[in-house]
Amino acid sequence: MSWIPAPVSRFFHRTSSPPHFYALADRFIPWLTVIFLLLLGAGLYGGLYLAPTDYQQGDSYRIIYIHVPAAWMSLFIYVLMAVMGGIALIWRMKLAEVMLISSAPIGAGFTFVALVTGSLWGKPMWGTWWVWDARLTSELILLFLYLGVISLYGAIEEKRAAARAVSILALVGVVNIPIIHYSVQWWNTLHQGPTVSKMDKPSIHVSMLVPLLLMAAAFKFYYLIAVLQAAKLELLKRETTSQWVKTLLEKQA
Amino acid sequence: MKPIRKQRLFLIILMLAGLGLAATFALQAFNENLMYFFSTSDVAAGKAPTNAVFRLGGMVVKGSVERPNADLLVRFKLSDFEKEVTVEYSGILPDLFREGQGIVAKGQLDSRGVFVAEEVLAKHDENYMPPEVAGSLKKPAAQP
Repeated sequence: MSWIPAPVSRFFHRTSSPPHFYALADRFIPWLTVIFLLLLGAGLYGGLYLAPTDYQQGDSYRIIYIHVPAAWMSLFIYVLMAVMGGIALIWRMKLAEVMLISSAPIGAGFTFVALVTGSLWGKPMWGTWWVWDARLTSELILLFLYLGVISLYGAIEEKRAAARAVSILALVGVVNIPIIHYSVQWWNTLHQGPTVSKMDKPSIHVSMLVPLLLMAAAFKFYYLIAVLQAAKLELLKRETTSQWVKTLLEKQA
Repeated sequence: MKPIRKQRLFLIILMLAGLGLAATFALQAFNENLMYFFSTSDVAAGKAPTNAVFRLGGMVVKGSVERPNADLLVRFKLSDFEKEVTVEYSGILPDLFREGQGIVAKGQLDSRGVFVAEEVLAKHDENYMPPEVAGSLKKPAAQP
């Protein structure tokens, strides 16, 4: 890999070795938890207490502090999974496989939260729990993609073969991501257009935007914590017979 | 990069390009089915189905909402700032229904060319602001 500087490449090789990664994750998780709790506290206080009520929706709009970050995460995690899938297929890197499969349940969770909170908001605002417009339908397909990744991985006994199959599924599903993002612009949908993620100035008042961005950051840190925990467990399961797991267990016993 | 890895990378790029192309064609083909509603210009141009239920979206024209009888019947005009269509609906309107608000109505055109709705959904726009800001936006600019 001549096009990547040697120290960077060495760093990746070191971190991608399971025992190193395991120790690194252990060291990072407490710090990540502190940052997550701080961001979450600030975001919730700002969003539920400091932010003003909306001129049309009153207090109901406050569900965006969960709904929007969760929906962003559902797309973000899927793209990450596809990148991991690509790395796993090209370089056959074990850690990428582990990160890919550890991300799937978290992404599915965020997608589910986005769908449910959207539905709870839709009933009083739109007058309906659910419509089959392009945005809602493509987001539901994303949930099924996540569930597909989880079940395909579970269905194949040999885990390296399972990871390869799942990598391909993750890459195939990535076409859905731009469809979800642009659905509100390409077609007439009941779901409103983008408020924050557009080229123009965000069409949300700054006092409401700041807590939203804090919540989005908090969700990112939550994902990091959750994925590292899940990856640690997955590594232990896969490498039960290896020397580093044995030494680790002896140390803890 | 080792040749085998280069080859795998190439295959993945090829797969994604193929999928992207396939998805584009599929979505192009189903473009009309993916539209959640017709605009009022579509109806005026005769693009909307007759004798069939479809959805119509647009802004409720300011000053057009009227209740001709004492019952729940509401009559209003929808517009996309080009063409207007009259809508009749009898039932409970969602919270966000008001003049100047975007809505989506489901129903069909009758012989008078009036859209008889059986369901009305409010379409929220992407703007969020405190009431004071919304109030100051509506006020005319101060005279110098």
